[in-house]
Amino acid sequence: MPLWTWTGLKAGKAATRWPQSGPDGQEGVLGMPRLNIDACRSGCDLCVESCPTQAIHQVDGEPVIDYGRCIVCQRCVEECPEGAMQSSYDWAFGVRQRSDLIWSSALESSAAEDLRKRIAASQRRSLHIRHVDAGSCNACESEISALDNPFYNLHRLGIFFTPSPRFADLLMVTGPVTAPMHDVLLATWEAMPEPRSVMATGTCAVSGAPMDEGYAGGSGLEDILPVDIWLPGCPPNPAALIHALLLLVERMPQKVTGGQYAR
Amino acid sequence: MNMHSPMNHCSLRAVTTGQLAAVAQECLDQQMRFLMAWHDWEGQQCVVRYLLSQKDNPEFVLLELRGTDSIPSLAALVPLLGWYEREMQDLGGLHFTGHPEPFPLIIHEGFSVSQPPLGINGGSGHLSGLYQPPTMPEVQGDQVQDLYWGPVRADVVETAEFHYSYIGEAILHYHPRLFFKHRGMEARFAGQDAQRSVYLAERVSGVGSACHALAYCQAVENAWGIEVPPRAQLLRVIIVELERLYNHFHYFGQLSKTTTLKVGAATGFLMEEKVKQLAGELTGSRYLRSLLRVGGLRRDLQAEHLAHALEPIIDEGEAYLDRLQQTATHLDRLMGTGILSQNAAFDQGATGPVARASGLDRDLRRDHPYAAYQKLRFNVPVRQKGDAMARSEVRAESLREAIALLVQAAGRLKAGPVHAQYDVPSGAQQGLGWAETPRGTLIYAVRIEDGRLQRVKIKSPSFSNWRVFPLTVHGTNMMDYAINEASFGLTIAGCDR
Repeated sequence: MPLWTWTGLKAGKAATRWPQSGPDGQEGVLGMPRLNIDACRSGCDLCVESCPTQAIHQVDGEPVIDYGRCIVCQRCVEECPEGAMQSSYDWAFGVRQRSDLIWSSALESSAAEDLRKRIAASQRRSLHIRHVDAGSCNACESEISALDNPFYNLHRLGIFFTPSPRFADLLMVTGPVTAPMHDVLLATWEAMPEPRSVMATGTCAVSGAPMDEGYAGGSGLEDILPVDIWLPGCPPNPAALIHALLLLVERMPQKVTGGQYAR
Repeated sequence: MNMHSPMNHCSLRAVTTGQLAAVAQECLDQQMRFLMAWHDWEGQQCVVRYLLSQKDNPEFVLLELRGTDSIPSLAALVPLLGWYEREMQDLGGLHFTGHPEPFPLIIHEGFSVSQPPLGINGGSGHLSGLYQPPTMPEVQGDQVQDLYWGPVRADVVETAEFHYSYIGEAILHYHPRLFFKHRGMEARFAGQDAQRSVYLAERVSGVGSACHALAYCQAVENAWGIEVPPRAQLLRVIIVELERLYNHFHYFGQLSKTTTLKVGAATGFLMEEKVKQLAGELTGSRYLRSLLRVGGLRRDLQAEHLAHALEPIIDEGEAYLDRLQQTATHLDRLMGTGILSQNAAFDQGATGPVARASGLDRDLRRDHPYAAYQKLRFNVPVRQKGDAMARSEVRAESLREAIALLVQAAGRLKAGPVHAQYDVPSGAQQGLGWAETPRGTLIYAVRIEDGRLQRVKIKSPSFSNWRVFPLTVHGTNMMDYAINEASFGLTIAGCDR
C-alpha cells in the first residue's frame, strides 16, 4: 500500500509564494484587450461591431470599453485594422467601484469609503468566504476550486471557504443570477452576520454579459446586492481571484482605475 | 411549404403519430439507441425529431414527425426520452400524451414564463415566480426522515437541490432537482449569426468549452459543407484531448477527496492545474476558449513540441494513477458502490465513461469519427461491473489514452492552413455536429437560414447522466453518496443549459 503521507512530503511544497514572490501561474494566459487610443482611427467602429457582448461603445468617435461586459474573447483584437485593440496579459481587474471598469471614467471617492476600508482591514488576516453559484457555466467554480489546489493554496493567505453563511465575511457570487436563484441568493446574504461583503465574480455576475438577454438570463448583481468588489473575467483566473480577495482586505492595491491598467 | 433541407450523416424516416410507437419498437429491436429528441417550429409547423445511432454503422437514423404538437409519449418504451419530452413540454409548449412522469422539469414548480420560450411564436417575457418544493413521490413510514440539501450546499459546488428520504443511513429515495441554473442557452442562439456564435457554445459548460465549441462548429460546417484543413483537424484533437486530460485529473482529485485520501486529492488537483497552465501557455486560455471558429481555428498553435512539454505530466500522472490503484482504503470504498446495470444504462441513456463502465462499448470518436480521430490509434476502455470502481477504471484508462492521443497528434502535425475559405450559403440548411466529451456524448443540431441560426439543440452528456444517476442511489446508504456522485463526474451547467 502506498505511503501517501511520505509521497506528499517527498514531493515538497507545490505552492507558489505569489504575490510576494514566485510565479502567478498565468504565463501566456490572455487578459482583457488593451486600447491604444493613439492608433485608433476615428469613425471606424469595427471593434464595436465585433464585440458579441456590447462591451464597446462609440463616444465622440472613440471607443469606450466597459470591461465589466468583456468576456476576453479577443475578437476586437482580431478585427481592429489599426492594431489599436491589443492582446494583453492584464487580468487583475478586481475593482471597488463598478465605474472603474469603464474606460476613461473618473474615479469617485466617498466618505463611506474610509469606513469600508477600516472594516475590510480588520479582516486582513482571516477572511471566510461563502460561495454561491447563481447560474454560472461552471468555469468560475472551476477556477474558484483551483484556489484550494496545492499551487495557489489559498489557506496560506488566511482565506478560507466556509459551508455556512453564518460564519462568512464575504459572499462570492458567480453567474448572472437566474430567476430561481434570486431569492436563494438574497436569503444567503441575509443569513450572513455584519459586516459582510459581496464580490461579483466573473463577467456574468458583474453585468450579466453575455447572459443578460432572453427569458432566463440575468443582469448580474448591480441591482440585487451591495457589491464591494467587481471582478470581470470569463472566467477570472485564480491569480485574478486572489488579487481581488487581497484587494478586498486591503492587502493589495487596485490595478484598474477608469478602465486603465496601472503598470 | 418550404423545402426541407437534409441532415448530414443521417438516414431520414418520416413517421406519423400513429406509427411512432411501432417504429420506435422496431428500432429498439434492431439494437438502435435513441440519442436525443428535440422539437422545432418550421414556420407554423411543429417538427419533432428523434436521433438514433445504429449498431456498427456510422450513419445515424433520424425519425421526423411533422405537423402536430400533441404526440404520444415514448417514455414508457424508451425511458431515456422522458426528460427530452418534459423539456419540450416546458419550453416548446408541446404536449406528450400518456407521459409516466408528467411533471415540470426545466421550469420549476412555482415559476412560469408568459409564452413558451421555444414555442410557436418564439418566446416573450421573463421567467419569474416563487420557490415551491418539487413534485415528489410520497414516502410514508416509521422513522422516515426527509432531507432537503441545497440549492446552496457546502463547499464550492454548482447549484442544485437534492432531496433524500432516508432511515438512519439507508436512502429510500433520492431526487436531484436541477435547472436552477437554466439560462435558456438554446434560445440565446436563435437569430444570431452562425459564424459568430462559437463564444456562446463555449459558455454552455465551462469545463467542456472546447468540446462544445467543436461540436457546434462541426454542426455548422456539416450544414454548409465545409472541409476543415488537416492541420486544423489535428489541432482540434489536441485542444479537446487537453480538455479531457484536465477533466480526468480533476475527477481523480474529487474522487480521492470523497474517499478522504487527502494527498491523493491534492495531487489530482495539482495535476489538473498543471494541465491548465500548459493549456494557458500553449493557447492563451486555461479553458481552451476563443480558439475554434467555423472552418477551422482562429489562429495557429505551435503544438509541435507538446510531447516534450507533457513529459513531467505523463510521468507524475502515471505514478499517481498507480498509487491510487494500490490503495486499498480508496478502492474499498469504490468496489460495489453505486452499481448501474447494463440494461439500466442503455434504457435510461447513460453516456461516456458511465456507460462504458456498465458494459456499453460506445465512443463517438471511434463509432462516428470526426476531426482527425480516424487517423489516430486509441483504445476505448470498457468494464462490465457498473460500480464506482469500474467508472474510475474507465476514466483512468481514458486519461492514458488522452495522453497517447496528444503525443500522436502533435507528432503528426504538418505545416498548412488552419482554416478553410468558404462563402456563407443563402437559404436553409441543417447540420449535426458531435463530440465525445470527457463525460460522454455531446450533440449540436442546428438549423440555419441565410447565415442566421433558427434553432440550436444541445444534447449535453450531463443531461443524460443526471437522469441515470438517481437509479444508483435509491436503496444505498448516505456514507457512499458523495463517493458515488464523484464517480459519475457530473456537471450541472451542461445539464441545465
